[in-house]
Amino acid sequence: MAENVATSAASTAPLSGLPGVVADWSGDKNAFPVPWGKAMMWIFLLSDTFIFTCFLTSYMNVRISTTVPWPNVSDVFALEIGGKRIPLILIAIMTMVLITSSGTMAMAVNMGYRRHRANTTALMLITAGFGATFVGMQAFEWTKLIVHEGVRPWANPLGAAQFGSCFFMITGFHGLHVSAGVVYLCVVAKRVWSGFYDRKGSYETVEITGLYWHFVDLVWVFIFAFFYLW
Amino acid sequence: MAAAVGQEVVVGHEVAVGHESAAGHAAAAGHEKAEGQQHPIAIYLWIWILLFVFSTFSYLIDYFHLHGYLRWSLIITFMLLKAGFIVAIFMHMAWERLALKFAILIPPLCLLVLIGLMAIEGDYTLLTRLAWFLH
Repeated sequence: MAENVATSAASTAPLSGLPGVVADWSGDKNAFPVPWGKAMMWIFLLSDTFIFTCFLTSYMNVRISTTVPWPNVSDVFALEIGGKRIPLILIAIMTMVLITSSGTMAMAVNMGYRRHRANTTALMLITAGFGATFVGMQAFEWTKLIVHEGVRPWANPLGAAQFGSCFFMITGFHGLHVSAGVVYLCVVAKRVWSGFYDRKGSYETVEITGLYWHFVDLVWVFIFAFFYLW
Repeated sequence: MAAAVGQEVVVGHEVAVGHESAAGHAAAAGHEKAEGQQHPIAIYLWIWILLFVFSTFSYLIDYFHLHGYLRWSLIITFMLLKAGFIVAIFMHMAWERLALKFAILIPPLCLLVLIGLMAIEGDYTLLTRLAWFLH
């Protein structure tokens, strides 16, 4: 295919129609000297950045414009531990869990490039475990808000009605990303363990999986700052 | 670094023994070209520790009820530091070529325009609501 395009471009007029589109876009030029999958993952993450920014921006917009006081987030996400009420502690623990998982993922990528098959598999599964823990804590948080505090997407007894819609939309979408990431990690970890990437001669898929996972952590950094600390 | 390379050879050899000869060949072929994005483990551990420290500070801002500009400048600073380290080190952006950095990092800047416009619009909506609904 590549040879065809090269020879036809050299000898005859440019191709037209759909083959022309393919020839132009693949015209033996390589803009980014990284594996194809990695470039595509970056493009996907770029689009995801826009989605999450739209959510956070609309949250900012409705929070600025509401005339009803916003619920006290620090108090809403407080937990009673040993008879003492500690503000925002659940979210702090969730943040630490996600950062820990990001660290183990970075180590997994490093071990992959060193071709430690067992270490890479183990670190990826540990990362998936932390991810699952995070989703579990989020499920606990949602249950607490829905069942005990009576928060709904359209109304809540704590303050501005927009609180519920923003909270469920933003953390729900992030939670879905984490859940999908756990599945993704397990699938790739299984392939690492089976020796698939040794046969392929490259562990770059582990790094691509890592990009996705670090992005999930990255989004949480912004959610933590803007939703929970505002 | 030399120790790491030596280790890699040993592991590659193990793989060749453990699987078909094709696997060993592929591993050897992959080994000849330098593997992308291999960095010392220490740098990851340092960033990891830093992320914990920044997160703890962010939490303490809320815990000690800091308010006003101090609260916001600290929150934004820690947020940007964490985001920067994750993208630069964990996602290896620091070691990518400039073409990829530009392609990925410049488009999100136009989101700042959206954020600015929506902040202005939010203020306007609030003022309108106060003027018309809360006499």
